[in-house]
Amino acid sequence: MAINYIPANFDVVRDHTRCIKCRVCERQCSNEVHYYDEELDTMLCNETDCVDCQRCVSLCPTKALKILPNENRFRKNVNWRQQLMVEAYKQAETGGILLSAMGNPEEFPIYWDKLLLNASQVTNPSIDPLREPMETRVFLGKKSNEVKYDSEGDLVLSNTAPHLELSTPIMFSAMSYGSISYNAHASLAKASKELGIFYNTGEGGLHKDFYEYGPNTIVQVASGRFGVHKDYLDTGAAIEIKIGQGAKPGIGGHLPGAKILEDVSRTRMIPMGTDAISPAPHHDIYSIEDLRQLVLSLKEATEYKKPVIVKIAAVHNVAAIASGVARSGADIIAIDGFRGGTGAAPTRIRDNVGIPIELALAQADFRLREEGIRDNVSLVVGGSIRCSTDAVKAVALGADAVYIGTAALLALGCHLCRDCQRGLCNWGIATQKPELVKRLNPEIGYKRLVNIVHAWDHEIKELMGGMGINSIEALRGNRLMLRGVGLNEVELELLGVKHAGTAI
Amino acid sequence: MKKVYVNEEWCLGCHLCEYYCAGMNSGERDLVKAFSREKKPLPRIRVEEGTDVNFAVQCRHCAVPYCVKGCITGALSVNDGVIVCDQTRCVGCLTCVLSCPYGCIVRDEEAHVITKCDLCLSRNATPACVEGCPNKAIVLEDRE
Repeated sequence: MAINYIPANFDVVRDHTRCIKCRVCERQCSNEVHYYDEELDTMLCNETDCVDCQRCVSLCPTKALKILPNENRFRKNVNWRQQLMVEAYKQAETGGILLSAMGNPEEFPIYWDKLLLNASQVTNPSIDPLREPMETRVFLGKKSNEVKYDSEGDLVLSNTAPHLELSTPIMFSAMSYGSISYNAHASLAKASKELGIFYNTGEGGLHKDFYEYGPNTIVQVASGRFGVHKDYLDTGAAIEIKIGQGAKPGIGGHLPGAKILEDVSRTRMIPMGTDAISPAPHHDIYSIEDLRQLVLSLKEATEYKKPVIVKIAAVHNVAAIASGVARSGADIIAIDGFRGGTGAAPTRIRDNVGIPIELALAQADFRLREEGIRDNVSLVVGGSIRCSTDAVKAVALGADAVYIGTAALLALGCHLCRDCQRGLCNWGIATQKPELVKRLNPEIGYKRLVNIVHAWDHEIKELMGGMGINSIEALRGNRLMLRGVGLNEVELELLGVKHAGTAI
Repeated sequence: MKKVYVNEEWCLGCHLCEYYCAGMNSGERDLVKAFSREKKPLPRIRVEEGTDVNFAVQCRHCAVPYCVKGCITGALSVNDGVIVCDQTRCVGCLTCVLSCPYGCIVRDEEAHVITKCDLCLSRNATPACVEGCPNKAIVLEDRE
């Protein structure tokens, strides 16, 4: 191209006094940024293709590399930010919609960071989780709201609805085989089994190799119905109907044909090389009544043995939708916030559609309790739970458990370069290229996933102990454990929390 | 006995093992310093690259070592199952290079001797290749 309108995003800074020209950076970069020049006996680079995935930095044996933001700036303009100008140039060049991946990175409020947790002092002793039992186990599903006794006065356990038992209130969110690699799925599956939690197939079906992890698998049924068949439904511990996704509410999905190789094609039950297009809506669901039909069909198909989850994106009317979903016969409602990740989404949608999960969760929980149907369903939230305190705050706002997707990928090595859609993931996660997929050894990956969830569980127990709570059940919806800082009255009311400094 | 094995399924062909090996055996703590010498340190492990498969190879420490049998000066010997080279006795005849079925004996052309993997025993450390492999493709295991 004669005119380069778009400057490189990053500066690849090499300390030549440290570089030993081992060319590891060159071999590891799928974007072909680094190369060796024999004549000059030095490493050179083509910075325009760098996506800042940090693979070269992480593997450089002499720490000779740094990736910094390119400091070149267009003339400052508060209205026309540089990013907007670059996007205009891109669209002028290609005529296409902009694509991005992972979660919304823009500057919207993060309510988790404006909520503070309580701790016990003097009058209500805190609990030391290392000395006393601390319960983080949760059961997801419909809870019976009546207690029955027989004539002898013994408790009658009648027809309890199917449940999912989690050792800790954390699950891996839906990421399809196709959007992420075989080895990423293998890591998630194995880690879930070891942790006693669940991972989610996403829309891509379940690879035959992972049927053995069925008891720790949530199988998803989405609008494309890829990979859905009787054995698939029977194998999972629960079935999730995906209505929407936080990163791209209201639109479907598109896995390019280039990623539909033999295994993905077989798993998705579509021809090799064809684009996998999930429609925006389920074409058989246009009302809560229609949703109920699908929920009941799936229950019928699996003999009412498995809980059904309905996943929706956090949108403006989320509380009313959650109420409808609770009445559709679903056992669990999953709500995905606007920060939720994706393998590819139109940038404009990712960055502008949906609402923060904190508000959506608080409002859905309020509405369900107000209508007396909160116990009919469990609430699971995701997008984006970044650490154990986010999870604890989510539970205090009314969630039964949380979904983590991005955090799990970080454990596998993801550096949030947000370029998944290109399929050239240098960390072997969001790619189907065999030479890249093998970079993620599931033996390493699964242990890292187990570690992160163990660490979070440990922290959750410490935080609960500090609050004088020894069971996660007692924290659920316990908004008195939360206080807001720097929030206005509307925000505090929506969240149902008091401002910091306010006593009980 | 624990030996170094390579699982080609996970070998990325990144060549880091070669550099960590060379660095470790240079005696320098710092890789940059080791490679700033006029004479570049030699790796005792080598990555074989193919289109789909890569794998690193170093001395297999054979139970019946042809290199030791062929050594004309007794520089090569077996020490607790590990084949080691006494470079002060090596005359650089390269008989061992010819007889090694795996091509794992490395020539040090300048010093006119050979050098080979000793599982980092002389450095009293976990083999540098095992330690440095980013994908756990190189492992130290007892498979006998």
